[in-house]
Amino acid sequence: MKKQNHEKLRLAFQEVYRKIILACSIIAIGAIVLVYFIVDPSLSAFRPSVPDSEMVQVPVEKKDEYDKIENGIHVRTGFIDAPGMMVTIQNCTNCHSSKLVIQNRMDAERWKSTIKWMQETQNLWDLGENEETIINYLVTNYPPKKKGRREVLTDIEWYTLEK
Amino acid sequence: MKRRSFVAKSSLGGLATLLGVEIVYKELIPKGYTSLALQDTDPFKLFNKDRGMVVLNDKPWNMEAQAHLLDDRVTPNKSIFIRNNGLIPENIDVDQWTLTIDGESVKQEKTYSLAELKSKFKHYTYQLTLECGGNGRSEFDPPAKGNQWTIGAVYCASWTGVRLRDVLEDVGIKDDAVYFGYHAADIHLSRDPGKEPISRGAPMSKAMQDETILAFKMNGEDIPLAHGYPLRIIAGGWPASVSGKWLQRLSIRNIVHDGTKMTGTAYRVPCKPVAPGEKVADEDMCIIESMPVKSLITYPKSGAILSKGKKLNIRGHAWAGELEVAKMEYSIDFGATWNLCTIEKPANRLAWQHFSAQISFPQEGYYEVWAKATDTNGVSQPMLLPGWNPKGYLNNACHRIAVKIA
Repeated sequence: MKKQNHEKLRLAFQEVYRKIILACSIIAIGAIVLVYFIVDPSLSAFRPSVPDSEMVQVPVEKKDEYDKIENGIHVRTGFIDAPGMMVTIQNCTNCHSSKLVIQNRMDAERWKSTIKWMQETQNLWDLGENEETIINYLVTNYPPKKKGRREVLTDIEWYTLEK
Repeated sequence: MKRRSFVAKSSLGGLATLLGVEIVYKELIPKGYTSLALQDTDPFKLFNKDRGMVVLNDKPWNMEAQAHLLDDRVTPNKSIFIRNNGLIPENIDVDQWTLTIDGESVKQEKTYSLAELKSKFKHYTYQLTLECGGNGRSEFDPPAKGNQWTIGAVYCASWTGVRLRDVLEDVGIKDDAVYFGYHAADIHLSRDPGKEPISRGAPMSKAMQDETILAFKMNGEDIPLAHGYPLRIIAGGWPASVSGKWLQRLSIRNIVHDGTKMTGTAYRVPCKPVAPGEKVADEDMCIIESMPVKSLITYPKSGAILSKGKKLNIRGHAWAGELEVAKMEYSIDFGATWNLCTIEKPANRLAWQHFSAQISFPQEGYYEVWAKATDTNGVSQPMLLPGWNPKGYLNNACHRIAVKIA
């Protein structure tokens, strides 16, 4: 009998104990939710992130990776690594590709008039003393090549024609 | 700087058409998000081009074909050169697209929707040769400024649209009309909305030709984005820059159109011949009209090795601007002797013509097969570079391929 009472008491304690744990848990969770609402009332963390502005491509490479030089060539632009290259990249690849610069061969005078044309019609800014650095870089590294009235065929990829 | 999103205003359905695929979960794409496909920096995938095409410039996009890629009688999109002066338009909404005809010489300004243009006027389909005025520029000495095109800035596709003449008759044109000039949706490289990358045109006589059309289809399908979707004016046989892409407005002028790249040295050559490298004043430069006679050997690819005794079948295309090609020849001895090729009549006026020949080689060794077209005025292609000009236009020197007999 005494044993039975003891058992009853133990069960009752257990019941109370469970309820206390449950109540504490509810209060704890409620507190967390409440705190979260104070911090983030619009619940933005639970919605798929919608960029309210546009996605902008940001170079993820480190600075040295971004301006990597391989075999004397600036990988990102294809420019020959030589004095004046960075100034040329900074001023001449904003509107158009470096490819347009590299494929052209001009002397200093014609580069000067090309720059003037870009300033007059293409919104190119005043290059200041960089102009001379850029022109020097271009005429030194990309000089005109004599082609004559017709060049010899080069870079022929030979293959056997079956048929 | 505001980077306008391509998708923002256009329907995603339109995007799917352009990309040629269905976009799954398109309702979940956030507003203002630029599809990865359009950020793709692989131009071959982006524009559906053959991997053998050569990229000359990636801002703005310029790429050219190689002779052997142009072997088809009607050029498919994958081999068509891209020449852009500015950035490809970003906000194309076909349903909202309109064409306005204005200018000093219209009786009244008129605006058509794309649907109206298509339903109101009769459709015509022509094969039309378009060649960049600067095709072949890379060969000039001293070098000329600009994209260094070799031989691949030419093609002949099939275009469907309405005649410009029919539209202009509907609008009503005054007697003092001299020139038309186009205005388009492309974006200036500086992104200055006040500037047009290019705005060219042609005299009214060109506007009134049967084959000058406002096209909405190329090779039976919507015009690819890079080639002027959804509307392009096509003026075959003239520098391809006259065929304005992404057409929004046509001005009928009572003066020679003075838009961007109509003046100065752009698409102009010295009125009188000059020595290589000579300075030419702007007022001594004349606007290029019809392109000169020219041809390309499109088969075989340069570099073929044949065993001795085998005959070589060559083929290719020839064109002559406003004219027709009357005679086609080849030489295997650097022009000492010439042999006739078979040349077909054009599918229609201003379409390129197909030629072929069978060649026997006398002995083993290195050969070059040179091709030479002659137009109906008796004018032939030069073997050497034609007259030098400051901007390197109109190089129609003979094309050649290397062949070895082993």
